[in-house]
Amino acid sequence: MDMDALSAMRIAAYAGGGFAMGMGALGAAIGEGYTAAQANIAVSRNPQISGDIFKNMLVGQAVAESASIFALVVAILLLFFETPSAGYIQAASLMGAGMCMGFGALGSGMGSGFPSAETCLGIARQPMASTRLTTNMLIGSAVCQTPAILSMVVSLLLLFMQFKDIPFQPGWGAVIGAGLSTGLAAIGSGYGGGLAAGASCEGVARNPNSVGNVTTTMLVGQAVAQTSSIFGLLISFVLIFKSFPESQALSPAIALLSAGICMGFGGIGPGVGNGEVARGAVRWVARNTESAADLMRIMLVGQAVSQSTAIYAMVVSLVLIFVI
Amino acid sequence: MAIEGADLIKAAALLGAGISMGLGAIGPGVGEGMVAAKACEAIGKNPKEAGLLTRTMLVGQAVSESTGIYSLVVSLLLLFVV
Repeated sequence: MDMDALSAMRIAAYAGGGFAMGMGALGAAIGEGYTAAQANIAVSRNPQISGDIFKNMLVGQAVAESASIFALVVAILLLFFETPSAGYIQAASLMGAGMCMGFGALGSGMGSGFPSAETCLGIARQPMASTRLTTNMLIGSAVCQTPAILSMVVSLLLLFMQFKDIPFQPGWGAVIGAGLSTGLAAIGSGYGGGLAAGASCEGVARNPNSVGNVTTTMLVGQAVAQTSSIFGLLISFVLIFKSFPESQALSPAIALLSAGICMGFGGIGPGVGNGEVARGAVRWVARNTESAADLMRIMLVGQAVSQSTAIYAMVVSLVLIFVI
Repeated sequence: MAIEGADLIKAAALLGAGISMGLGAIGPGVGEGMVAAKACEAIGKNPKEAGLLTRTMLVGQAVSESTGIYSLVVSLLLLFVV
């Protein structure tokens, strides 16, 4: 390759920055658009309290926006930050940082749209419960942001860590894999957490007295839905902090890249699935509060089974990292 | 850097293993989630049948799990046999 390390770093930083902001803008925009659409429906149902609905819509959209603000921060850092040491491995890690934040903002942005939308509809239905609904919405959408925050942590690590002592081969596979693992796995958890939070806001509006049970079930369901993004974070940390022996062959680097891809994609499905389960359970806790304990039990059993494929993906990733 | 044919084949097998398990995990994860969501709905409507519904849910999820296990088998074959 006839390219000096500094040009390689510039190329990676600009491409990564563009990717981070481009993908990062997608999720939040969809989530906020959905919120505004439902807010319009809510205003048409109950025009007298349009002020409350409008205020709530803006608060909900502001929370959903945070995922893409994280992406903006990482993109600007990538464009203007001068890393002290130049090297091909540093170029790969900048690319990884951009991809991690870009994918990581997708799910949280879309997911946060659900609780804000359901809260707008809920305020139209139960104006008296509007404070309780807004509180519930803020708790739910704050938990939705965790996967985006985990992605930001990994991107900032990839941006600021010094990788110059790490051999380029297989190090490039490890840093890009680390970015993909957390970034992709965050899509599922963010979206799934949003499904649970949306159902809880709808439930509180339907039956304001069930708020305690509904919020508890929502938080437990969301916490389980976050596990797949935590598996992704675990694989990223292993890839970033473990040292790998230098080799001239291509396959060790591809093994590490493949470990990241495997855990990243593997985390999407279980994250969304766990969110679906939590949505079903929370909806029915609000409608049938007496069965809250039964519903919590069946939710946890269902989520545990749905989690199994994320565990298979983690096993394959760990085999790729430690055995191959 | 010269890449040999055998090295390239090994690299492709490893990448294939990761893609197989990664993408293969999406379907069962979402599908099993839908099963459990409907089971929650059914128990909410009819809490007396919780035992029967849990059994049906677990059988349905086990069947939906099979494609995830196929992916696991294929990726282990790519890792250790091919």
